[in-house]
Amino acid sequence: MTATSARLDPPLLEVAALGRAFGPRRAVSNVSFSLRQGECLALFGPNGAGKTTLLRVLAGLLKPSAGNARLSGMELPGGPAARARVGLISHHTMLYEALTGRENVRFAARLHGITDQSRVDAALDRMAMLPRADTPVRSLSRGMQQRISIARAMVHSPRLVLADEPYNGLDESGARSLTSLLRALREAGTAIILVTHNLHEGLALATHAAIMKSGSFIRFDRKDAIDSTRYAERYRESLGASV
Amino acid sequence: MRSIRPGTRSDIANPWAPVSEVVAAAWVIARKDLAIEFRTRTAFLSSVVFALLGLVIFYYAWDPTAVSAIDLAPGVLWVIFTFSGLLGLNRSFSVESADHAIDGLLASPVSRESIFIGKALANLVFVAAVQVVAMPALAIFYNLPLIEIAVPLLGVATLAAIGLVAVGTLFSAMAANTRLAELLLPILALPFFVPIVMAAAQATSRLLSGRPVAEASSWIKLLLAYDLIFAVACTLAYAHTIED
Repeated sequence: MTATSARLDPPLLEVAALGRAFGPRRAVSNVSFSLRQGECLALFGPNGAGKTTLLRVLAGLLKPSAGNARLSGMELPGGPAARARVGLISHHTMLYEALTGRENVRFAARLHGITDQSRVDAALDRMAMLPRADTPVRSLSRGMQQRISIARAMVHSPRLVLADEPYNGLDESGARSLTSLLRALREAGTAIILVTHNLHEGLALATHAAIMKSGSFIRFDRKDAIDSTRYAERYRESLGASV
Repeated sequence: MRSIRPGTRSDIANPWAPVSEVVAAAWVIARKDLAIEFRTRTAFLSSVVFALLGLVIFYYAWDPTAVSAIDLAPGVLWVIFTFSGLLGLNRSFSVESADHAIDGLLASPVSRESIFIGKALANLVFVAAVQVVAMPALAIFYNLPLIEIAVPLLGVATLAAIGLVAVGTLFSAMAANTRLAELLLPILALPFFVPIVMAAAQATSRLLSGRPVAEASSWIKLLLAYDLIFAVACTLAYAHTIED
C-alpha cells in the first residue's frame, strides 16, 4: 500500500477524547488521534506518562473512563471480533515458561481459531526462532523469550499492532528482525502503535510521532513534518524538567 | 524469512460466538493448563502428598474403639479432598500471573466464559486425579468396602468435585491478583465449600453404611442443585472479577 492510497482510506483506528483514571489519578486524559492502514504512530514520553495504560485500553485490558476508541468501526474494548484484530507486544512476555516456544505460539494461534501449523512455524521463523522452537521457554534467554512473545502476538496477522517497548531485551539481531517485521507489517497494511524510549528506533518506522506527558499528548506530528535530527531537542523541550 | 500474510476475513471474524465454539475455546485453554501441569507436576504431587499425609495423620489420631471407621471416614475423605483441592486451585491462575500471561489470554478473541470454563475443566481433571489416588488409600487405611459402592460413590465424588471446582476457580481468579493469593483463596472459598463437604460426607456415610442409594438422594439432590447454581453463577461472575 502506498502512502497516498493509505491517506484515502477511512481511519482503521479512531481514538476520541480517550481517558482512563485510577481513582482520582488520571493516567490517560483526553487523547485523540486516528491511524489509517499502514500507518505507524511512534509514542514517546517519560516513565509514568500513560503510554502503557493507553495501549492496555486499546488492547481491551482496561476499560476507558472517558471518550472512546474504534477499530474498523468496532468499539474498543470490544468483543471477540475487535480483539481478534489486535496484536499486543508488551515488555512482559505473556508466555508460559513450562511450555516450549512452539506450544506457546500454537496456543495463541488456537485462541484465534488458527489450526494451520504452518502459520505457527512462519511466525516463529520471522523472529528466527524456529531452531529453538521446541525448547521450553524457561530455558531461553530474555531476548529469545521476547522473540517468541513477538511471534505469539503476530501469529494471527493482526490489523493493529500495539507494541509496548518491544525492543526490550532484544539483541542487535533480534532488534533488526523486529524492525524488518514491523516494516513488512506496515507495508501489508497493518497499523502500528509503537511505544519506545528510543527516538531513533521509533522515528525510523513511524508515519506519525506523539509525545505523551501526564496522560495527554503534548505533541502529535506527521513524520514528514518532523526534522528527525532536531526531534530529540524538541522532545526534551516539550517535556521540560521531566526528562 | 517467510512472507507475511495479512489477516483474512475468516481469521478475524468473531471466531467463538456459538456455544460449541465457547466450549472449543475452553478446551484449548484446559489442554494448555493440563499440559503445563503434566510437565511440571508440582501442584498434583503436592496435593497427592498432602492428601496421603492427611490420611495418615487422621489414621494415627483415630481411636477405633471410640469411633467406627464408617462414621469417621466420610468426614476425613471430604475434608482432605477440600484442602488438597485448594492447593491445585491456587495454581490455576497463578500460572497466568507469571509474566502477565493472563494479558495474552484476555486480549485474545476468546470469551471470558471460555476462559472460566477452560480453567474449571482443567481443575476438574486435577481434582479427579487426586481423588483417584486418595480414594484407594482411604479404603486401605480404614478398611472400607469402597468397591461395593464404587458407582454411587463416583457419582457423589463427581458432583462434589464440580461444586468445589466451580467456586474454587472463581475465587482463584479473584485472589490471583492479590499479594496474599494463597492465604486469600481458602478464606474466600471455604465458607462456600461447607454445603458441599456436608452433603458429600452425609451421602458417603449412608453409602458406606450399606443403606440404599435412595436414602442418600436428598444429599445428592443438594449437591446437584449446588452445582447447577454455582456453575452458572460463577461462569457469569468471572467476567466481572477480571474487570479492572
